[in-house]
Amino acid sequence: MNFATKVLHGTSCFDPITGASSVPIYQASTFHQADLDQPGTFDYARSGNPTRAALEEAIAGLEGGERGFAFASGMAAISSVFMLFSAGDHVVVAEDVYGGTFRFLTRVLSRMGISVTFVDASQTEAVRTAITPTTKGIYLETPSNPTLKVTDIAAVCRIAKQHDLLVIVDNTFMTPYYQRPLELGADVVIHSATKFIGGHSDVVAGLAVTRDAALGEQLYFIQNGMGAILGVQDCWLVMRGLKTLKARLDVSTNTAEQLANWLSAHPEITRVYYTGLKEHPGHQVQASQSSGHGAVLSFDVGSRERAKALFDRVKLPIVAVSLGAVETILSYPVTMSHAAMPAEERAARGITDGLIRLSAGLEDVNDLIEDLKQALQQLPPLQKIVEVKEAFSRA
Amino acid sequence: MHLETKLVQAGVGKDEKTGAVNFPVYYATAYRHPSLGQSTGYDYTRTANPTRSVLEETIAEAEAGDAGFACASGMAAVHTVMGLFSQGDHLIVSLDLYGGTYRLFEQLLSRYGLTFTYVDLRDIQKVADAIRPETKAIFVETPTNPLMQITDIREVVQLAKHNELLTIVDNTFMTPYCQRPLELGADIVLHSATKYLGGHNDVLAGLIVTKGAELSEKMRFLHNSIGAVLGPQDSWLLVRGMKTLALRMERHEANAFAVAAKLKEHPAVAEVFYPGLAEHPGHDVQKSQASGYSGMVSFRVRSVEQVGLILQNLRIVSFAESLGGVESLCTYPTTQTHADIPQEVREYVGVCDRLLRLSVGIEHPDDLIADLTQALDASLVVGGALR
Repeated sequence: MNFATKVLHGTSCFDPITGASSVPIYQASTFHQADLDQPGTFDYARSGNPTRAALEEAIAGLEGGERGFAFASGMAAISSVFMLFSAGDHVVVAEDVYGGTFRFLTRVLSRMGISVTFVDASQTEAVRTAITPTTKGIYLETPSNPTLKVTDIAAVCRIAKQHDLLVIVDNTFMTPYYQRPLELGADVVIHSATKFIGGHSDVVAGLAVTRDAALGEQLYFIQNGMGAILGVQDCWLVMRGLKTLKARLDVSTNTAEQLANWLSAHPEITRVYYTGLKEHPGHQVQASQSSGHGAVLSFDVGSRERAKALFDRVKLPIVAVSLGAVETILSYPVTMSHAAMPAEERAARGITDGLIRLSAGLEDVNDLIEDLKQALQQLPPLQKIVEVKEAFSRA
Repeated sequence: MHLETKLVQAGVGKDEKTGAVNFPVYYATAYRHPSLGQSTGYDYTRTANPTRSVLEETIAEAEAGDAGFACASGMAAVHTVMGLFSQGDHLIVSLDLYGGTYRLFEQLLSRYGLTFTYVDLRDIQKVADAIRPETKAIFVETPTNPLMQITDIREVVQLAKHNELLTIVDNTFMTPYCQRPLELGADIVLHSATKYLGGHNDVLAGLIVTKGAELSEKMRFLHNSIGAVLGPQDSWLLVRGMKTLALRMERHEANAFAVAAKLKEHPAVAEVFYPGLAEHPGHDVQKSQASGYSGMVSFRVRSVEQVGLILQNLRIVSFAESLGGVESLCTYPTTQTHADIPQEVREYVGVCDRLLRLSVGIEHPDDLIADLTQALDASLVVGGALR
């Protein structure tokens, strides 16, 4: 079945009891047990709820995995998956992970005796070099946030197999429509479903899928034991969003591509990051492991004051934290998604003061270009800033 | 202002724009920034959501704390609080404990180098003896689940303060309507709000309330970083439930007294555990630290064969795992709530296979008593004859 069909008819697309065209919201915390000796499928909603089960089956099917899990947020999914490791374990992590993941790893998990080495995972050899005798897993985000570095998932998985390591991939930017890491050899896929999967900036949610049943059992134990599950209303909203995932991404990706090309040619922009651009260093790998380049791009306007001027002048995009919505969202990684990362760590990852992330929505692309054009026309001059900077450094 | 009034007024008038009596459900994940570097106070829903804020402010005020945090489930609340501790830390925990908390501690957190000693907190000397140099906190459930043992919160707090330990109290069974541990000196209060606070068996939620600015700040960091937050619809449902908490608790308690009295005199029942009963060993302590006894009653039947018959024959009382809802529920701790506790531990504390736990609902007491009576009667009949 093709993705477009699977997203609608893959699993649980209707309620088997009533035939209702949408899975009902089971707003129940507990389930009556008919017989002491024969427990029903559902007993307590933290352990399992029919609405949540429908979403969990759907995402497992789309990612090509064995078992799906819905969590209270993307971070709840990430913090729960990291519970697969124990004190003394070491994990190799892609260096430009989402700021919230970085914060969790360095300020919460580190106190629990789990150590982490951050590497530039786009350099496969760097991943291999970072492996130590206590290494138990590799954690990837590809393309990375916000500079869209691409990691060769299959190559990393081959290294992982040699060392018997788990590979966990945050697939938020791509979604299973464009990229299915489990098919490339990964063991666990994670989503902030708040983003493209939900798609409407109206629900915070996290998802995880395991490739095999045994790992699924382990993660189920953690999900139930820690209890960071997703509420039923939110499960239903995510499923509703999921139905239009392909249709939304087709439009948004096309828009992102056109914007990336337009921005690349614009004199006020110092750099554009988008894997769809042929000159992007990860273009080839991305094209080989994914069926699309996605709807997120970043660009550099050269300085904080120019970024601020742009944010003040754009009319259409929402200036906000988050991405992956029907509305185009502009964000400023330095103070938003990557605020949790120390300045020196940010600088090392190319997250400069002039960097702006754009998540393309469903507006007409020409309207977006017009809006960006008028905003860029009014920026303080780029050249002058460079000159002043040089004067300062000479003085 | 009295608690009843505070609860009913939760969120009322807070939506200044429309004047809506009930605060709206904010289904927004992100919030438009007026300009770069400016915020409305809301940036991203995991960090803060206006609907969740109403709930968090309400529970903080009801528990007389400084900050409230809403989590995806009661267990998510316990887990988030445990984020305060680091590898090598040790905690002293109620011996008779909810099975899910025990499982989290022993099967998940133990892998991160946290250690736990389970102590009968009624014996303060035993608690003092269990303190080690690396002990960081005492985790209290009172009344305990399911045996309704009462811990003297003030006594534990005094010992904790003397040894610079945090006191954490799971207040699920009592709710702030009956008991406010922070006023007795505790540092953190936890709730499975799925239970009495929500009250309708329809929403899964957990709440944390902290005392003190520093602890509140730490908890805010953990709540946001771990991300096990409660969604806006569930937050709204919980506030809705909490508005009637006082009314429900009065009825739960009145019904529990009636049920406990009836159980005591039924020949099928060997023992009844309800702190409201004058002969309950913790009755006086309970009376001194709480303003009520809530609606949880456990009882031991005479033989294990009766259990299945009782559960099969109950008509109004549902056989289901949970408590604190308007509907009466009966739970079999051995296979349900406490299944994760090893048998020898369970039996040592008295959670044997003859124990049943009732969450007495707000139905008419006569109907509840009639239902329980017929089921208990049936449990005495074997092959058509009285046992």
